[in-house]
Amino acid sequence: MNKDTIIRLERIVKNFPVGTGYFTALNNITLKFEKGEFAGLVGPSGSGKTTLLNIIGSLDTPTEGKASIMDKSLIGLSHKESAQLRSKHIGFIFQTYNLLPVYTVYENVEFTLLLQKVPLSERRKAVMEALEWVGLTDKVNSKPSMLSGGESQRVAIARSMVKKPEVVLADEPTANLDSVNSHHILQTMKKLNEELKVTFIFATHDEKVMQYLSRIISLADGKIVGDTINPNHGSNAQ
Amino acid sequence: MIGFTLKGIVRDRSRSLLPVIIVSIGAMLTVAGTGWIKGIFGDIIAMNAKYSTGHVKILTAAYAENESQAPNDLALTDISSLLSSLKKDFTGVEWVPRIHFGGLIDIPDSSGVTKYQGNVVGRGVDLFSAGSRENERMNIAPSIVEGKLPENGKEILISHDFAKRFNLKPGDKVTFFGSSMNGGMVFSELTLCGTIKFGSQILDRGGIICDVSDAQQMLDMEDASSEILGYFKDDIYSEERADSLRSTFNSVYFDPGDEFSPKMLKLSEQNDLDEYLAYADRMGTIIALIFIFTLSVVLWNTGLLGGLRRYNEYGIRLALGEEKKHIYFMMLYEALIVGIIGSVVGSAAGLSFSYWLQETGLDFGDSFGNITMMMPQVFRARVVPEMFYIGFIPGVVAMLIGTAIAGIGIFKRDTARLFTELEV
Ligand SMILES: Nc1ncnc2c1ncn2[C@@H]1O[C@H](COP(=O)(O)OP(=O)(O)OP(=O)(O)O)[C@@H](O)[C@H]1O
Ligand SMILES: [Mg+2]
Repeated sequence: MNKDTIIRLERIVKNFPVGTGYFTALNNITLKFEKGEFAGLVGPSGSGKTTLLNIIGSLDTPTEGKASIMDKSLIGLSHKESAQLRSKHIGFIFQTYNLLPVYTVYENVEFTLLLQKVPLSERRKAVMEALEWVGLTDKVNSKPSMLSGGESQRVAIARSMVKKPEVVLADEPTANLDSVNSHHILQTMKKLNEELKVTFIFATHDEKVMQYLSRIISLADGKIVGDTINPNHGSNAQ
Repeated sequence: MIGFTLKGIVRDRSRSLLPVIIVSIGAMLTVAGTGWIKGIFGDIIAMNAKYSTGHVKILTAAYAENESQAPNDLALTDISSLLSSLKKDFTGVEWVPRIHFGGLIDIPDSSGVTKYQGNVVGRGVDLFSAGSRENERMNIAPSIVEGKLPENGKEILISHDFAKRFNLKPGDKVTFFGSSMNGGMVFSELTLCGTIKFGSQILDRGGIICDVSDAQQMLDMEDASSEILGYFKDDIYSEERADSLRSTFNSVYFDPGDEFSPKMLKLSEQNDLDEYLAYADRMGTIIALIFIFTLSVVLWNTGLLGGLRRYNEYGIRLALGEEKKHIYFMMLYEALIVGIIGSVVGSAAGLSFSYWLQETGLDFGDSFGNITMMMPQVFRARVVPEMFYIGFIPGVVAMLIGTAIAGIGIFKRDTARLFTELEV
């Protein structure tokens, strides 16, 4: 057993009921992720990428198989347990940023720390540090509506990173961004991955993202059809 | 987290404005409704006190048994000594004798032969003694339609409707027939000095008003009266004061073995007024309950709409690891704040309206012409202390109930769909 294995998936099956039968979205997936990986799930639309991220992020449970994160089983968790797991250890980055519109950049980043009842002074320090990582210290009091897409996604990265999670799950984080902004946020994430040893798992079909990935797991029809180390990762990055 | 919620309420007016408006309207209607009811019942009671019950009333036990028949053979006697000891013993109270009587008015033609006869009910009221406030209390002078107040003996005011029916004018002479205190037949020549209309059928139906001394003379009631009414000098009825006054008086004067001994009744023991008072309280509760129910339904729907509008927000919060229960409690917390704000606004509006209605009054004039209950024509609200908090009951409770029901949806939310939902 590798001590640095952070996520273990064994023979994961996910069936969705469809009509009278069911549709198999994930079929016998076995995977491991080591601490500090910068990995991506790639594959055509409908291949099961998001479904797999849902299971790793404790938003959904597999129909069959075993799943654990930091040696804690993800099977049979109560809503409270999975919520706590997400709030402490898992960061999420969405395609559509999903910032809370009435709150400032600062408050959006602060939110998960509020949930964890982190004291004010610590909170302040952590939020400012996270905003520094993504280069947005000058936007602390801005509302999401005043930010560009790239800036919004950087706030979302700061929000996911502020609690120093073990794993960040990013579903198509560049899909709404132009090339320059895509590279910018990927560089930011890569830097955080290297400096803080946070594991990043992407779901994407964006070539730009793949350039940065150190490991590419290919899915098709709910099965793993490839799992390769990307020797050139980062080399084409601008 | 509380600060976080507050910021949301303040900054996103769409999450607070509509519920605040709804809650304010509900709180306002509850407060104003309560003021309205208190005003009406307060006026009914004040009117009864003025015309009928006093704040306390002294009569003989036997008279009290058959009060509606005005049995003057059972009247209080020796009232001048009773009045002087009352004045001495109970200083904060004004004591006034009144006589109720019934009889027949005979209207002669120019040759002195009976032209018409009509039944009348009469009141002998103290109009002549210096310092008597009966005229003012019963609003007699302002209610005179033609003519003037009695100034000399044997002058009477008669109901305007009665006068019209028999074509009587001030200055006309009429003859009164009735029975004396001892059961004998009596009659007197009287002069009509004016016609009067109180605007309440029960007071206006064939009524005559004369000075109490005239009534005593007409009915052979020397030093006697049907009743002695007591009015607190500050004009405010207080159940406790009436209670203690009654028990003091009755322990001294009332002899259960003697049906002619004077007995004191308090306002709420008479004319079923205790039931009116209880009814007024019940009405207040019913109004509050109705508003709690309707507002809850409205706010539940508002909550559902708000939940739809904030579907994304709740999804993000769930994904970020907030527990459903926590989101639910934050919704209730938000509802509490919105409920309080709305209740403050609504109560202020309701109180202002009630205060205005208390000071100005709404005049319904003759539109209640046929109501037989002793009821005032001008409706006034009354601002009472409970109106400062009663609006909060429907305001806050309904907001909490509405949100509690609407918010249940959060527990049905499937986290497995969050990514998909949040990607659009
Ligand atoms: N709740 C659900 N009920 C039924 N079918 C579902 C459900 N969620 C996903 N699926 C199906 O499972 C399959 C995999 O879906 P998933 O969202 O994981 O694909 P994906 O690889 O993320 O695709 P995309 O690149 O379009 O985001 C799809 O065919 C989808 O229709
Ligand atoms: Mg997907």
